[in-house]
Amino acid sequence: MNLETPKKFRGLVTQAHQVAANYFRPISRKYDKAEHAYPQELDLLAALLDGMNAGSPDAIGATSASKRGASAEQAAGNKNGGNLSALLGVMELCWGDVGLLLAMPRQGLGNAAIAAVANEEQLQRFKGSWAAMAITEPGCGSDSAAIRTTAIKDGEHYVLNGEKIFVTSGERADSVVVWATLDKGLGRAAIKSFVVEHGTPGMSVARLEKKLGIKASDTAAISFVDCRVPAANLLGNPEIDVQKGFAGVMETFDNTRPLVAGMAIGVAKAALDRTRELLKKTCTLEYAKPLLSVSHAEATLYRLEAEWEAARLLTLKAAWMADNKLPNSKEASIAKAKAGRVANEVTLKCVELTGALGYGEDELLEKWARDSKILDIFEGTQQIQLLIVARRLLGKSSSELK
Amino acid sequence: MKFDVQGQALSVLNRLAQAHWPDRLKLRKPLEKLIYRGSRASFRLAAERAAKSARGPRPQTPDGLFDLALSDEQQMLVEMLEGFASEVLRPAAHDADAAAMVPAELLNQAQALGLTFYGVGEQHGGMAAERTTLTNALIAEALGKGDLSLAAALLVPLSAANCMRRWASAEQQARWLPAFVGEQAAPLTAIAVSEPTPLFDPQQLRTKAKRKGSHYVLNGEKCLILRGLEASQLIVAAQTSQGPALFLLDAASAGVERRAEPGMGLKAGGTARILLKGVKVPAENRLAGEQFNYQSFLDHAGLAWCALAVGTAQAALDYVIPYCNERLAFGEPISHRQGVAFIVADIAVELDAMRLMVWRACARAEQGLPFQREAYLARLLCSEKAMQIGTDAVQLLGGHGFTQEHPVERWYRDLRGVAIMAGGLQL
Repeated sequence: MNLETPKKFRGLVTQAHQVAANYFRPISRKYDKAEHAYPQELDLLAALLDGMNAGSPDAIGATSASKRGASAEQAAGNKNGGNLSALLGVMELCWGDVGLLLAMPRQGLGNAAIAAVANEEQLQRFKGSWAAMAITEPGCGSDSAAIRTTAIKDGEHYVLNGEKIFVTSGERADSVVVWATLDKGLGRAAIKSFVVEHGTPGMSVARLEKKLGIKASDTAAISFVDCRVPAANLLGNPEIDVQKGFAGVMETFDNTRPLVAGMAIGVAKAALDRTRELLKKTCTLEYAKPLLSVSHAEATLYRLEAEWEAARLLTLKAAWMADNKLPNSKEASIAKAKAGRVANEVTLKCVELTGALGYGEDELLEKWARDSKILDIFEGTQQIQLLIVARRLLGKSSSELK
Repeated sequence: MKFDVQGQALSVLNRLAQAHWPDRLKLRKPLEKLIYRGSRASFRLAAERAAKSARGPRPQTPDGLFDLALSDEQQMLVEMLEGFASEVLRPAAHDADAAAMVPAELLNQAQALGLTFYGVGEQHGGMAAERTTLTNALIAEALGKGDLSLAAALLVPLSAANCMRRWASAEQQARWLPAFVGEQAAPLTAIAVSEPTPLFDPQQLRTKAKRKGSHYVLNGEKCLILRGLEASQLIVAAQTSQGPALFLLDAASAGVERRAEPGMGLKAGGTARILLKGVKVPAENRLAGEQFNYQSFLDHAGLAWCALAVGTAQAALDYVIPYCNERLAFGEPISHRQGVAFIVADIAVELDAMRLMVWRACARAEQGLPFQREAYLARLLCSEKAMQIGTDAVQLLGGHGFTQEHPVERWYRDLRGVAIMAGGLQL
């Protein structure tokens, strides 16, 4: 057993940390203030990342977190592949800035979805394009089975109608992966995902949201009115398989939830590091004295660090399981639930610990405390994760344990 | 209490042999010692199966990769001890709690398991290699699934052996350790660290050891010592002029006064108060290993309590799941309510968090990496979450959980001890 950062990814971690410290941090506040302005600095970085990833099986970024990510190594035994490397990269980059990471071209969750469920032809066709992810609707959030956007087969096309909200990079991306139902009467099994390219007639960006945090990342509402999408853009199997049900589209989450947990771990680490720096004259952490005999501030720092470590290990476990092709739905949800709530608690406590300094805009602590809230919400709220975990443990269906 | 150690071992061996049998020669020796010395027929069977399988053992963490898998030997040990925990410890736990002692028959069975072999180095007839911290934690976790307080009591001999192997000099080890792998049980050796002070800090010991010629003279008071009353030897932590040190002393020495000290829980552990009044200990009985590190000694103890807590928290989760599914209210199982289901989910989340924190600290320890920080954070997390899980388990069972009809009230009392106990055990 070895639960340390794998040696082969240490270089990647150092690189990602350098990007976070020297590229993201200097422009962090700028784009927090200039909501909806595109951080053009990211174009250069994205190109650099593409170049780095092109020749490497252990690439950083969304697309490497797929069950295929590890396919390069087929040898038997323990594997550390695309899920772990992507996770380690994301943790470091989000130590820099979550909003900027989410705004990174070609690193969207849509790309992760494509990487996870597309066929070979689609993988080739959408290679190098930037895809956003559109699931949520005004009337359905966590309840993604209640999707009302429809896709009706018409010859070589599907015709999409409906409205999507909270689409990260929905305006800037080249395309949007849209979840829609082929038949509302058939429930979850009829929900499929479609790649819709910007410029397709009938698709329009209705507005951009103003948010509590992650302001560098644009969040769009997109409407589809008789929008004709080529049938070849349906990801995965076009048949409605009632047996398999929702599993197809949900598979994506087993890979993306650990990544979002990784974002939470990154931003929480940023807050912890800075708080310890600001408190270093008053708090010394020696990891020896009983918790009851240290100052309250020290005890708080210890406790937050323990919670943070726990969240980090749970997330590494979920990603490691994905790399080793072990079923990890429960573990992915456990990681997401824990990391989301821990990051939110850590960043808010750090503002409290640093007082007026942390609350003011001269420091980034208040920004991190705003950014972290979304990580407890998107890609499935904490409560949805707990529901998934509970159903698995108790052997309950979604109709029994609602 | 019919538990056939050999039969259990065979069934595990059988399953394992069919899956992937590890290196035959490497495992044969420890297995024989572990399961039943003198019953070699079973291993011949295992060996025959092994010969049919071409697959080799899985190498341990090659290239520093992240790896959560247990080795085949660890996996087998865990399965066997979990069987022992559920078939022997759990049924005995209620009465042991009431009697505040481990039944004699159970002590014999535990001796037959030969766990102390894991605490004694190969040169002294045991099978503790360099990497044993995690394996020791897995032993504690597996036994903790049966009952925390019985598991703690049964781990005292292994803990004493670990303590001597880690912290005694080579000469002392040669003198003390062979007894732990003999035919008869070794002299029961309790480890005494805790003192009856609120906010007790084991780095600030009030028990003093003063050097007088060829002896040390110990004065002080130790509390909540696991099996302290029945022990024939004590390992006592005391402050010397060079800092904290450990001393092995005869429990019958002049100046040692002992009395039962029952607590809220850990009752089967037979906790005792021990007074030391001018107790003379020969200087050569001060544990004198070159690597002696009092902080590391405390960390190995803390991790043992954490590992037990992980096992018992797992037992609590495994217990509340069927209960919540079977208990009806308002016409359906209470597990259909989010207010109940979310508590169950939270137990699972924090339990896995506890386990990973403990495993990581132990894995670092046995790799020779610094692990003080990891042990401290693991202890902090386990203290808090184990108690939360204990109280949630009682809550989920409601009034029934408050009665001794169910084990959760006992675990609730035992788990409160995790944050409090210093020393006592040693991985």
